[in-house]
Amino acid sequence: MPGAVATEPIVTIEVGGPRGPKSTPPRRGGGDSGGGAHEVPQRTYVTGMTIALAGILMFFMALASALIVRKGMSNDWQNLTAPKILYLDTLILLASSFTLVRSRRHLAQGHLDSFRYWWNITTVLGIFFLAGQLIAWRQLAHAGVYLGTSPNSSFFYVFTAAHGIHLLGGVLALIGVALRPTQRMTRSTVTEVISMYWHFMDALWVFIFLLLFLGR
Amino acid sequence: MNRTAKGSAATPAILSLLLVLLVVITAYVFASGAFKAPPPITEIGKQVDHQYDLTLIVTSVVFILSQLGLAWVIFRYRDRGQKAEYNHRNTKFEAIWTTATIVLFVGLGLMARHAWAVTHLQPAGSDALQIEVTANQFVFNFRYAGPDGKFGRLDPKQVSASSGNPVGLDSADPNGKDDIVVPTLTIPVNREIELLIRSQDVIHNFYVRELRLQQDAVPGMVIPIHFTATQVGRYDILCTQLCGLGHYKMHSFLDVVSEQDYQAFLKQQAAQ
Amino acid sequence: MSSHAHSAVHVPPAPTGFWRKYIFSVDHKVIGIQYYLLALLSVTVGILLSVLMRFHLVWPSAHIPLIPGGMMTPEQYLSLLTMHGTIMVFFVLTTAPQSGFGNYFLPIQIGAPDMAFPVINMMSFWVTFVALCFMLAAFFVPGGAPLSGWTTYTPLSGLGEVTGPGEGWGQTMWLISIVLFCFASLMGALNFIATTIDLRAPGMTLMRMPLTVWAWFVTAVLGLLAFGVLLAGGLLLILDRSAGTSFFIPAGVVVNDAVQNHAGGSPLLWQHLFWFFGHPEVYIAILPGMGVASHVLSTFSRKPVFGYRAMAYAMCAIGFLGFMVWGHHMFVSGMSPFSGFAFSVLTMSIGVPSAIKTFNWLGTLWGGKIQFKSPMLFAIGFVSLFVSGGLSGLFLAQPAIDQYLHATYYVVAHFHLVMGVAAIFGIFAATYFWFPKMFGRMMNETLAKWHFWFTFVGTYCIFMPMHFVGIAGGIRRYSEPSAAQYLMNLQPVHYFMSIAAFITAAAQLFFFVNFFWSLKKGPIAPKNPWDATTLEWITDSPPVHDNFGGVYPSVYRGPYEFSVPGAARDFIPQDVKPEAVER
Repeated sequence: MPGAVATEPIVTIEVGGPRGPKSTPPRRGGGDSGGGAHEVPQRTYVTGMTIALAGILMFFMALASALIVRKGMSNDWQNLTAPKILYLDTLILLASSFTLVRSRRHLAQGHLDSFRYWWNITTVLGIFFLAGQLIAWRQLAHAGVYLGTSPNSSFFYVFTAAHGIHLLGGVLALIGVALRPTQRMTRSTVTEVISMYWHFMDALWVFIFLLLFLGR
Repeated sequence: MNRTAKGSAATPAILSLLLVLLVVITAYVFASGAFKAPPPITEIGKQVDHQYDLTLIVTSVVFILSQLGLAWVIFRYRDRGQKAEYNHRNTKFEAIWTTATIVLFVGLGLMARHAWAVTHLQPAGSDALQIEVTANQFVFNFRYAGPDGKFGRLDPKQVSASSGNPVGLDSADPNGKDDIVVPTLTIPVNREIELLIRSQDVIHNFYVRELRLQQDAVPGMVIPIHFTATQVGRYDILCTQLCGLGHYKMHSFLDVVSEQDYQAFLKQQAAQ
Repeated sequence: MSSHAHSAVHVPPAPTGFWRKYIFSVDHKVIGIQYYLLALLSVTVGILLSVLMRFHLVWPSAHIPLIPGGMMTPEQYLSLLTMHGTIMVFFVLTTAPQSGFGNYFLPIQIGAPDMAFPVINMMSFWVTFVALCFMLAAFFVPGGAPLSGWTTYTPLSGLGEVTGPGEGWGQTMWLISIVLFCFASLMGALNFIATTIDLRAPGMTLMRMPLTVWAWFVTAVLGLLAFGVLLAGGLLLILDRSAGTSFFIPAGVVVNDAVQNHAGGSPLLWQHLFWFFGHPEVYIAILPGMGVASHVLSTFSRKPVFGYRAMAYAMCAIGFLGFMVWGHHMFVSGMSPFSGFAFSVLTMSIGVPSAIKTFNWLGTLWGGKIQFKSPMLFAIGFVSLFVSGGLSGLFLAQPAIDQYLHATYYVVAHFHLVMGVAAIFGIFAATYFWFPKMFGRMMNETLAKWHFWFTFVGTYCIFMPMHFVGIAGGIRRYSEPSAAQYLMNLQPVHYFMSIAAFITAAAQLFFFVNFFWSLKKGPIAPKNPWDATTLEWITDSPPVHDNFGGVYPSVYRGPYEFSVPGAARDFIPQDVKPEAVER
């Protein structure tokens, strides 16, 4: 019966140590979500992207392990020279990370026009990167190097295709943000999340490039 | 819901009984020796069996204690109107059984290393008799080096079961002229044998129960295993790695014979 | 004056219209049920396949209607076992316990209105559904279903139809299905992890989460890190089969006297990639069942879980170690024997957290006030089966012993007891436990009890004798025993197991009838029929659209506060303020 005079307190054992409820409940995001779905705190999107990147990383690590095993296995590993365009591509992608950082800094300071400007530059650089990949593929095909030509070429095409598809996703997201703001995420959150993805893809490209062409 | 009502004892009684029956029947069948591996024909096979027996003792104890413990605890603490105890843990017990489990399980694992090391980490002796085992869908072929003691080169393009060259001996290599290729494996007793296991198409496996040994035959690899058979007799060789529709009938025989009979076999094969 | 803390939040309106409500719903509860029904369909197919297999093993020349040719051929047997394994492992054991119950109850048990990313959640179900369609299509394409086992070892699976019927189109359908399944699982894992990290109610610290939530969380982490690897392997295999690459196929392979045009790949590479995924996969299959077992054992003993912390850490340890033991499937594969030894020691170590959990389950029961309702029967059964199945693993973990037992029926007995029975018991326990909450009606206890007795006894009758077949050297994946006399001598045991299998399969009717009948005709369920403590039991049965009707709970204590001294009732729900607890 509530309000009865208490004798001794009811003691429950706290496994993790004494605790009370967290002082503030998690923030629910603003805006109408429509479709019956609820709003989640903005930081959840950041968590989600971190998790997604972990999963994507495992995929690429599996491919990398396969390459390393295959390379060490037999003596038929033919050298593949990196098409020159890929060096340019690497610079383009690195540059795009810088422009992305710049863009977000402008956003944080409230300079929306500068934010959009540098955001669009990033998008264009991303598209150039992908174009460079296609050019590299073309060049190799002209030289008679296809997917099944040699183990090294197989891995080259698989890695660049997998990375390229992921990067295309990133480019589409960049374009999406440029065209219209999202409903569920604040502008700050969506740019943060895309930027995490983009920098990851950038670093991943460098890793792939070194793996494929460095150290024979 | 009447929280203080006692449940009927029938369900826990039956369940406990079933668990006891499980233990009794399982123990009985194991103890009766009705289903056993055939006696091993190698020294290392005896060690494997010893390790198996040790493991069986440990797991039996855990099995019996756990299942009977479960049987007891569900019957003893069935709802008879009592109040349940309120406790979360018992650090002492937890420490004890955790330590015991680590010691037992990891200890068992470490004890098994000798048998494995002898079979796989030590290479065959330099005077071991080498025989090549070639597996393909769905037969085994065994190749002996012949009087010259050298194995001829193999050429995949020359593989032709229908023209009597199932392993693909390279006709251009004179060393292969006296190689003996037969569909069953004949070996002399008490001599160390090294089998070079290979496959032409998909993954197969060479398995003889009495050797306590099996090895996958992987295309692109030649994998050596070695043993010394101490018992004359005829034993089944089976393929245990799923290799296609004929997997179930991929079978051959291992004939362990006296040294005399082995020499006679070689002579007879060389004459053909 | 409410004794429950709350924070009122703007709740979006529930969807109307049949399609948004039941088909393309983003509501985690609907998605959970969709996954569960998909699993139910899959398990029916899977059981049918295994019944056909057991039938063939004892009556190989029997005339079977509907099979083209009238009599089962060896390749058809192999296709059955390939599809049985694949469908059961992926579409039953990886869906129902995690994506089914986890989707439904994870958000509710942590006090959230839904998963973090509901649209992605919906997508993951529908991609799984399409994956199932491709998998079932394998039966109907030219050549039939693949015959390379669920393990799909290369080159058997990598060369196309030359290696056997079903290896053409059938294997391709299989691979597409699995690739899709990987995507779906990765999306699902993402949701589970993000939701658990970010959407817990105030006061729901990690150490106050129900063990079911811990299990779903660890399982999701395993899935996140493992499915990417299977995806990579699957894609590479597709390329080997159709794009002229040679990742997994060496040079000089000769099939039917014809040299195959490949160079230098490694069949072992496939095995490494597959088992790096495959071993965590079996822990994905069993961990949710462990969570449910702990949860149900505690509830129906009216006692807190014994050693809650150890239980949570043990699940983390099992998950972590689970990534380091994959080589124990490859002891005789031709892999380096040194690594064999390392894998062996690590595998024996996984027995330790598993044993800890078993002792703690016994500890939970000890001193309890045990009520033998149907969820509890299956939870108790789970403990017994997990012990039986887990212990045989200790033999297989030692390579010297595995050299004898590998690919025998001993292995089949081992994994069926842990996955094919214990994990299934986890699903049954969860079903009987949560059915009232999900569907607002009680299931029939009598039918449930019959289901339990038949299944518990039946599965032991099928799988305990199987160990003996293995010890005697009975080889798995053999469609007939005709190759050796000693194999034929084992037929009486196969006979016994097949009869037991038919009876046990038939007994599942108790469950199906109960399930579907109770949906419509079961007595109306109250909010908390089991007097349980976790947050799902404060919601309606079934819960409203956003679970808590806009009034979200805060949590004041751990999840298993049963029989607390001084309290009037023998349970205290998590959301009741300390000062409001009845004395």
